Amino acid sequence: MKRTASPSFAIYTPDSSLRQPLRLVGAMFRDLSSGRELAWRLAVRDISAQYRQAALGLLWAFALPVANALIWLFANASGVVLIRDTEMPYPNYVFTGTMLWAIFLEAANAPLQLTTAAKPMLAKINFPREAIIVSGIYQTLFNAAIKVVVLLPALLFLGVQPSGYLFLLPVAVMTLVFAGTAVGLFLTPVGLLYTDIGKTFPLAMQFMMYLTPVVFPIPAQGIAATIFRINPVTPLIQTARAWLTGSLGTDLVAFGLVNLGTVLVLFLMWVIYRAAMPILIEKMSAS
Amino acid sequence: MSDPLIKVENVSKKFCRSLKRSLWYGMQDLGSELLGRRHGDNSQLRTDEFWAVRDVNFELGRGECLGLIGRNGAGKTTLLRMLNGLIKPDTGRIEMRGRVGALIALGAGFNPVLTGRENVYINAAVLGLTKAETGRHFDEIVAFAELEAAIDSPVQTYSSGMTVRLGFAIATTLQPEILILDEVLAVGDANFRHKCYHRINKLMTDAAVILVSHNMDAIAQTASSLALMDGGAMTVFHEPVEGIAAYHDANAQRQATTSDGGTTHQCYAPVVAAEVRILPAEVGYQGQLTVEAEITCDADLPEILISFTATNAYEQAVMCWHSSRHPSPLGLCKGRQLLRFSVAPLLLDNGSYHWNFKITRRGSLEHVVWLTRHGPLVVKSRHRTLGNIPYLPDASQCEHRMLTSP
Repeated sequence: MKRTASPSFAIYTPDSSLRQPLRLVGAMFRDLSSGRELAWRLAVRDISAQYRQAALGLLWAFALPVANALIWLFANASGVVLIRDTEMPYPNYVFTGTMLWAIFLEAANAPLQLTTAAKPMLAKINFPREAIIVSGIYQTLFNAAIKVVVLLPALLFLGVQPSGYLFLLPVAVMTLVFAGTAVGLFLTPVGLLYTDIGKTFPLAMQFMMYLTPVVFPIPAQGIAATIFRINPVTPLIQTARAWLTGSLGTDLVAFGLVNLGTVLVLFLMWVIYRAAMPILIEKMSAS
Repeated sequence: MSDPLIKVENVSKKFCRSLKRSLWYGMQDLGSELLGRRHGDNSQLRTDEFWAVRDVNFELGRGECLGLIGRNGAGKTTLLRMLNGLIKPDTGRIEMRGRVGALIALGAGFNPVLTGRENVYINAAVLGLTKAETGRHFDEIVAFAELEAAIDSPVQTYSSGMTVRLGFAIATTLQPEILILDEVLAVGDANFRHKCYHRINKLMTDAAVILVSHNMDAIAQTASSLALMDGGAMTVFHEPVEGIAAYHDANAQRQATTSDGGTTHQCYAPVVAAEVRILPAEVGYQGQLTVEAEITCDADLPEILISFTATNAYEQAVMCWHSSRHPSPLGLCKGRQLLRFSVAPLLLDNGSYHWNFKITRRGSLEHVVWLTRHGPLVVKSRHRTLGNIPYLPDASQCEHRMLTSP
């Protein structure tokens, strides 16, 4: 009958939690650890509820990016758009691109979506808020695993020779998920106050997809080329794609830098999310 | 007394009346929080803001129960949310020593598509129980909620009563050191409510309890001290009865200042006018009270039901006269008419009551005359009973006889 998850001594004052960084970081990791089980429960809940209510079940984990890839394949094959100079056959390029992008996009959507859905719980119960975010990461990873499982035979069918680099793929997928989570966390505090954020986000991400080597290769020159190059998602997609299709990739330094950056930004966003929560809950209804 | 489990010092909280502004202030607060500035500093109200909680101080130790009363919007829930660590105070300091259990949201995190079994684990995890703990208490939870047959069905197939029963059973599995009870004292039907009270009582022993309720009987019975909130300010009474009296005085005063004394007097078609008198205004215990109603209608109303009730200071109905017991059905005719009936003997305690008079169309929920909180109706009696139950005279004796002697 003992509750283990909650701290047994709590002080609440108007002071900003950022005033005592050490205590803040301690509390963050304590909550992260005590929220582990809840995060797992929430993830299992959302995944099973989602698939139990859908006739097509797990198909939904990859149906949208596959459809997206098919549209681009058709557009390219029929000459509506002409995409050249991909370093590999276009079907391989576009299939890997849309699948990897879908993983990133899902991770980026999760924080705002799940926090909004958890509002009634947040407004009334004091549980580790980290659990919501971690549950989003679990769910994205689960869906990502399905995507990869579908993608690998498809690539084999398209004539890609499997290589040892495939063992590196989980690293690339994790980075995509963490980077997406960082982006999503950045938007969550303001997105919870103003619904404008949630409405604009899909559009912005659509636009960003075209500035990332998902369906288009990196242009050789021009402003677009610069944007492609400074886009931090570019090395993530490029490296993951290389590892999927049997090469080591050429952006490894950038990949490493983005990884480092992701860890830092994710931590920063986590601090902001945590500090923002009581203020956001104030604006949620208590009834 | 040992160290208090709850210590609240000068706590205030401001809220904003306008939604747009409130969101914008939220952005500002977010900014200052991230810049490391104090929340709600300089204790100044911004435009459209008001103090939802103002300078609240109290302490509560183990085994004590603080009854928290006040009108809707007096700041009770806001205070509880601060104690629970959901929102930050704008001034002051709150210390909570011990695990906090709040019986506020039953069944939080329930997903209707999933089975009762799955939802038990989810809800328990939200409340901070580990999987092992939940597993240990699982059978007990299901048995308490009386859901053995339905536990593997999706929660969306449950009735609302079944859902709250399950939520209650999970929420009360915790044995917290600080217990916050906000109104949801008991759920379900009468039988289950009894079980709920029993279980809450078990939780309350040895905990510091804050009990919010509009049920003054429950407060008077359980609270060791009482806090009355009004407009965000709190007054603490060490004698709960005094606090309840102060609450009623404040309410009575508020009603006296409103133009019609808080009474409602409404007529609906076909009734155009209704005037009701009680005679006499002061009755003795077991005396006769006569009610006269002068009703004007602009059409016939063949079948009606009349109810005349008296409510005590706690808004509890203590007496009811109802025309359904009248042998022949009553009706109203077009024109002006007088209805008269008597209540005798009047079995009410000494005190002052409000009376309510209603006429409804038979076989519908529609009122044609609706008079509430009229009065006072003063009863003079020398009998005193416990609680709010009127003294009922009888001639029986209580016998006491030992069956075995030690």
